[in-house]
Amino acid sequence: MPPRPRGAPEPAERRELLSAGDVARTIARMAHQVIEKTSLGASGASPVVLLGIPTRGAPLALRLAKRVADFSDIQVPVGALDVTLYRDDLRRKPTRPLGQTALPPGGIEDALVILVDDVLFSGRTIRAALDALRDVGRPRAVQLAVLVDRGHRELPIRADYVGKNVPTARSEEVHVLFTETDGRDAVLLHRAGDGA
Amino acid sequence: MKHLLGTEGLDPATALAILDTADGLKRTLLGREVKKLPTLRGRTVITCFYEDSTRTRVSFEIAGKWMSADVVNVSAGGSSVKKGESLRDTALTLAAAGADCVVVRHPASGAAHRLASWLAHTNTSVVNAGDGTHEHPTQALLDMATLRERLGSVEGRRIAIVGDVLHSRVARSNVHLLTSFGAEVVLVAPPTLLPTGVADWPVGAAGSLRISHQLDAELPTADAVMMLRVQAERMHGGFFPSAREYSIAYGLSEARAAMLPDHAVVLHPGPMLRGMEISAAVADSPRAAITQQVANGVHVRMAVLYHLLAGEEDAA
Amino acid sequence: MSTSPSTTTVIKGVRPYGEDAVDIEVTDGVITAIGQGLANKDTAETIDAAGLVALPGFVDLHTHLREPGREDTETIETGSRAAALGGYTAVFAMANTDPVADNAVVVEHVWRRGQEIGLVDVHPVGAVTVGLKGEKLAELGTMARSSARVRLFSDDGLCVADPLIMRRALEYTKALDAVIAQHAEEPRLTVGAQAHEGDLAARLGLAGWPSVAEEAIVARDCLLAKHVGARLHVCHVSTEGTAEVLRWAKARGTRVSAEVTPHHLLLDDERLSTYDPVNKVNPPLRTTTDAKALRQALADGTLDCVATDHAPHAAQDKDCEWSAARPGMLGLQTALSIVVATMVEPGLLDWRGVARVMSERPAEIAGLPDQGRPIAVGEPATITLVDPAARWTVRGAELASIATNTPYEGMELPGAVVATFLRGKLTARDGKATA
Repeated sequence: MPPRPRGAPEPAERRELLSAGDVARTIARMAHQVIEKTSLGASGASPVVLLGIPTRGAPLALRLAKRVADFSDIQVPVGALDVTLYRDDLRRKPTRPLGQTALPPGGIEDALVILVDDVLFSGRTIRAALDALRDVGRPRAVQLAVLVDRGHRELPIRADYVGKNVPTARSEEVHVLFTETDGRDAVLLHRAGDGA
Repeated sequence: MKHLLGTEGLDPATALAILDTADGLKRTLLGREVKKLPTLRGRTVITCFYEDSTRTRVSFEIAGKWMSADVVNVSAGGSSVKKGESLRDTALTLAAAGADCVVVRHPASGAAHRLASWLAHTNTSVVNAGDGTHEHPTQALLDMATLRERLGSVEGRRIAIVGDVLHSRVARSNVHLLTSFGAEVVLVAPPTLLPTGVADWPVGAAGSLRISHQLDAELPTADAVMMLRVQAERMHGGFFPSAREYSIAYGLSEARAAMLPDHAVVLHPGPMLRGMEISAAVADSPRAAITQQVANGVHVRMAVLYHLLAGEEDAA
Repeated sequence: MSTSPSTTTVIKGVRPYGEDAVDIEVTDGVITAIGQGLANKDTAETIDAAGLVALPGFVDLHTHLREPGREDTETIETGSRAAALGGYTAVFAMANTDPVADNAVVVEHVWRRGQEIGLVDVHPVGAVTVGLKGEKLAELGTMARSSARVRLFSDDGLCVADPLIMRRALEYTKALDAVIAQHAEEPRLTVGAQAHEGDLAARLGLAGWPSVAEEAIVARDCLLAKHVGARLHVCHVSTEGTAEVLRWAKARGTRVSAEVTPHHLLLDDERLSTYDPVNKVNPPLRTTTDAKALRQALADGTLDCVATDHAPHAAQDKDCEWSAARPGMLGLQTALSIVVATMVEPGLLDWRGVARVMSERPAEIAGLPDQGRPIAVGEPATITLVDPAARWTVRGAELASIATNTPYEGMELPGAVVATFLRGKLTARDGKATA
């Protein structure tokens, strides 16, 4: 989701779902889950690669990798996977600039790729990401990690790691803010029509 | 952006966005075995060429196909075009047949502008793939992409455009685009091959434009040299006494190329007349970016199609 | 035609040449009285012309009526209506029809059709050379002696470029009391030319039509005319340089006259940037500097008259790419308004001056004895009434011509023709031609 222009007034109808502290704790918890679920470091386990989906999936993947390293002493490779060229909703929005795709040096062949995004909503972004992934290599398996799952899926897609489940109305908007992209950490819920 | 008709008046921010997209596409496709993106699936691109130009048509065709667009080629030789159908009727027919984008090459200056005005009430985009002696904007964009790769940026760089500027749409499009990005452009040609009043043309405020008749004087300070094709019909049009004399004065020989700074780049929009405007050794030297231009051409044209077709439709 | 008893009409409260208001009494096509209170006579039909300016009926030395050959764009009938509505009482129909008016048969057809329609005297212009090819003189004498009495010869659209042919034409017409009207365009300098050779055309990639291509021919023809002692008329002068050449030639006694078109007085090459061929014309629209110089030259008499170069073209010949389009634009119904806008409103011409450039001088140049006459008792009632305060918006589709190629589409113009009389007969009134 695009950032709100700096200096624009804060919308009146908005609620903070996660504070900066909540965000940090949530990512830490997700890191523990990743270590456990992937049997990270265990002999015979597939190498794990985190691929963040720009814009905010990319910093989230980096943070997740850092926490994983903090807790496991294993540095998992991190990359970014832009899905813009694979989206099925391009004609509903103004022309989007392309994001960065950067695969880690070892590539993703036979790896366990964990796609990382900030918000899981309709599932269309993840569908596009799976298509994009197919064009860049053949991982052994693909998992999905999201900071917020807000429901309203339009495709049979679910996340393997969820920071927080947030029941929302379809007309509401969930905005994830990161220091790297937005100047601070928070997750906000905007009422209908007052978001970015 | 609904149409790409020229670089004159093209907003530098838009041009930059196209170049950045081209760059992103190039990186995305780098090393891939299957160069196919689903981005323009279901969109129809029709190339309509009233002049022969294999390289430009093929470049657009590949660009469209790599984006999964349906690309249909109409050539003036084998269609109702040759039976005397007007350009307007052809344009309306292609739009009615479902073209999301018409890529047009036409010998009449302004043909793409006319096409765009006839299609104003439709959702069909027009890309000018060369109109007469007016503009060839995708060529200028791919030249810019190449110069950015080689030089980093063109701001403050001195670019010499050498040869038949008078009849060159490539030169016109490059003058506007390069100066809008802050380049110092110098047009080098005999007086008979320079357009009227060219030194006073309004150009991008960031850059500058001047003319010169002495190639040797310009080479030592040039960051890039863009050699223009000399068309055979000009050689017999009395614009200069002989091909030999032209080549002696304005051809990029090995000796001349040696006068360039080490970092300087040599570009040529092709097709080249080796031995006439450029020597074979220079064309094949590492400073020549000619094949790089061709490769960038595909990515730039993909980017143009992306910006025209992969967003919300502009209000018609 | 009518044998009915004499009719009298009074034009009431009109200002001849924009001067004091009077009544003008017209009986059987002739002005029979000018004074105050003439409208009180019981028998008279009265036309209230308060606030209107009376001028001698306009004479256009340069009209393309397209008949025979392109009746899909204009006929002598539709062109006559356009002329009457534009205040014209005589027009000269150019010879570049299909077939070319290079023989007595064609010129007599044109003259006869004009008389049958009866709205305006349509004088055919004869071609100078056979088929406008510039190679062999047409039968100028036969055309002059035909019932069409051709007195103006021109290959307009093409230049009589060969200096020897031009010399012979000038010499030969001396015996016919006729004049050669030259379309001055050196063909070697205008190969493939599309637009005025200047910065803008160069930027737009349109091959240049340099001013010198006109000026060189005008200079040559002035020297030739002086050398052989013949008269010369220069069509559609478009450049400042041509005006200077004419000034010089007239000063040394050359018998040369010249016309300027309304579009060259008003428009300039800024119009090119849309590539809309409605602005394509030959000679091309020049620079603002040229347009200003032409207005000055018209005001000081260097340019003798205004001629429309009215050139109807079918939509498909204009709604195409620039280089494929035919050159020319409609002019008959907009000429007076353009002259008001460019000459009267800026104070370069008064209404006497308008009478001179729109009627008197062209009638003199073409040798028409009953046109361009003073508004005076005993003179033919060939009169145009103009509303100087009117403003109107040009709509090509509303003009009388079949073609609609006006470059003034949507423009609001000052001054309007309210009524036109040809030898007492009302040929147009309040925007309606009478036939």
